[in-house]
Amino acid sequence: MRIDLNGQTIETQARTLADLLSEQGFESPCVATAVNGDFIARPLRSGTPLNDGVKVEVLSPMQGG
Amino acid sequence: MFYGVDLTSRLMLGTAQYPSPQVLLEAIEASGAEVITVSLRREGAAGGAFRDLLAKSRCRLLPNTAGCHTFREAVTTARMAREVFGTSWIKLEVIGHADTLQPDPFALVEAARVLCAEGFDVFPYTTEDLIVGEKLLEAGCKVLMPWGAPIGSGQGLRNLQGLRTMRAHFPDVPLVVDAGIGAPSQAAQAMELGFDAVLLNTAVAKAVNPVGMARAFGRAIQAGREGHQAGLMLERDMASASTPVFGLAELA
Repeated sequence: MRIDLNGQTIETQARTLADLLSEQGFESPCVATAVNGDFIARPLRSGTPLNDGVKVEVLSPMQGG
Repeated sequence: MFYGVDLTSRLMLGTAQYPSPQVLLEAIEASGAEVITVSLRREGAAGGAFRDLLAKSRCRLLPNTAGCHTFREAVTTARMAREVFGTSWIKLEVIGHADTLQPDPFALVEAARVLCAEGFDVFPYTTEDLIVGEKLLEAGCKVLMPWGAPIGSGQGLRNLQGLRTMRAHFPDVPLVVDAGIGAPSQAAQAMELGFDAVLLNTAVAKAVNPVGMARAFGRAIQAGREGHQAGLMLERDMASASTPVFGLAELA
């Protein structure tokens, strides 16, 4: 399945958002996630299925003004 | 008082654009700031180091929605920030124009309404417009953050009379001048006008010596606040001799 992860098209075996984070090596407690522009809270990641072409954002604390 | 939190330092400091994480940490320390702003981004190489730095700074975090141009982006970013930073504080920015970075007041009020209802403590980046300010308060905001000048411009308080009017119009609302401050004197001026705090970033981060500038801003903001509390004299059109005329010798 091909999905869009942080603006890059990738091939993934993951079936859920939680699987994707571990497959891609994200430290789960340190990131926040959104699917197709909607926030997905941490407890909902394992119950959030990924479909072909879905847009996933995985964001981290960074510098800001 | 910002959402029940009393601050000793009235400087809120941004964490972007510093030459190194070490300089940032020293600048926070030198400024005396107790609140620092942070953002959410796709993680780059330095992400882990930044998390370590946040843990070291001991400051309260004010996550922002910088770069959001729509209601939806801003609301989603705020929800993500609350989870990852573990705070209900959010500096709500909804940008209306890419060049001026002027806030979009319509989307701002709508986003503030939704986020306040969800229990966020919203710090809205707004203009000095009084009606927008009233709408933000109606939406549930308990702090307003008018701009001094466009973000990163360093122009200082571009609409002094407008800010003065805003202060008078909202006497009991904490007001923070956010953005556009370029020099410590401008931050002091905002505090002398009676604003409750100043939020800035670029003026410190892009100084030749950011740590020295951070200290200067901390002191200027303290001086401006003390000046306001002490009560400024009224301006006069004409001169008025300060040395007494009584007892003046006749030497002519």
